[in-house]
Amino acid sequence: MKPSSIAVCEHCDAVHRRVHLAPRARAHCIRCGTVLYTERRRHLDGWLALTIASAIAYLVANLNPIVEIQLRGESTQASLFQALSATWYSGAEPVAALAALCAFVFPLVRIGLETVVLAYLQLGRRPPALRAAMHTLVHIRPWSMVEVFMLGVVVALVKLGGETTVIPGPGLAGFAVLTVLLTILASFDPDTLWENAERATP
Amino acid sequence: MSHDPHAMLTARELGVLGCPICGMVCRAAPQGVDVECPRCGQALYARKPNSIARTWAFLVTAILLYIPANALPIMRTKTLFDDRQDTIISGVLALWRAGSWDLALIVFVASVVVPLAKIAVLVVLLLSVQLGWVTGRRRRTRLFRLVEWVGQWSMLDIFVVVLMVALVQFSTLARIDPGPGAAAFGAVVVLTMFAAQAFDARLIWDAAEGSLHDD
Repeated sequence: MKPSSIAVCEHCDAVHRRVHLAPRARAHCIRCGTVLYTERRRHLDGWLALTIASAIAYLVANLNPIVEIQLRGESTQASLFQALSATWYSGAEPVAALAALCAFVFPLVRIGLETVVLAYLQLGRRPPALRAAMHTLVHIRPWSMVEVFMLGVVVALVKLGGETTVIPGPGLAGFAVLTVLLTILASFDPDTLWENAERATP
Repeated sequence: MSHDPHAMLTARELGVLGCPICGMVCRAAPQGVDVECPRCGQALYARKPNSIARTWAFLVTAILLYIPANALPIMRTKTLFDDRQDTIISGVLALWRAGSWDLALIVFVASVVVPLAKIAVLVVLLLSVQLGWVTGRRRRTRLFRLVEWVGQWSMLDIFVVVLMVALVQFSTLARIDPGPGAAAFGAVVVLTMFAAQAFDARLIWDAAEGSLHDD
């Protein structure tokens, strides 16, 4: 058997012969049930369009206040950056740093790298530092937590909703759209990127 | 050798290595020779090096920090009439009393059930591998996948604190500050995620193979 014709289960080490899958189908390990590989080939241009859309949603989400609250004539508002700096200056620097990495830095790196890699491939060229980019994308995946942050916003708003007037800002819509786009992007199989990179001129 | 209904040819027996980063499969080298993935450059191992010791190290640290994470307040609310310190549990109870039982349930699951269940499952998985359990391999692998997937949702309370601190800053009426429990809780979430990443689920299946060969 040629190594390229087999798939190895990452969770139980069982060897499977690769088969051609129907569009959007997933191959599961017959021994332990883990997903082996998927057939989610996308055209690069559609994929690139989605990463650019998520870059725009990211900007809208971060440059605008997420929410404004009013209490007896006084009002405050917070964008993600204001929330992080308020936490930092109230003495919880580790908490602010952790939240900054998971909600701000890693999603930015993820969107940026994916956009650059796809833009090069779309032009038929092998992206520079492709290996480092792909490694980074795999490693930061579990730490990029836009969807968890989104749920955190909902919980915070309900907690505040009882005693204050809550006015959603454009940043909230930005985060909602970003959550949806990143969830779609996460379902794409990076194998497509490697295959295109191998065909591309260096 | 007894018959194992789950017996399958493994990559180790076949002499190949799957890349954990890009999924490519390539031939293993003789023992002691390092192999790099030809496609992405990742160093390849048949099993994650020192998986059990590293998982225990992250897990024990997480268990120790779990105590201050729950005992110390994660949020301090000061109003004109009140100065209240909330732990994770008292925050859940406050949501419950405010009538949002659905959100109270979500926060309770994300902040209390998930971290505890993750720690418990990883302890059971480690012990099962070290004691060489043969039963329930498929079920244990499924538990591990669940732990891997669910990990990041425990960060929920950290984001809630960060937002509340920024929003509730009314000069005289009310202000919220983060408490020392928040950093400990964040550390628990990060450490349990590291522990899950350090664990090698293939060991669950190796243990079974070993004991079957001994029969």
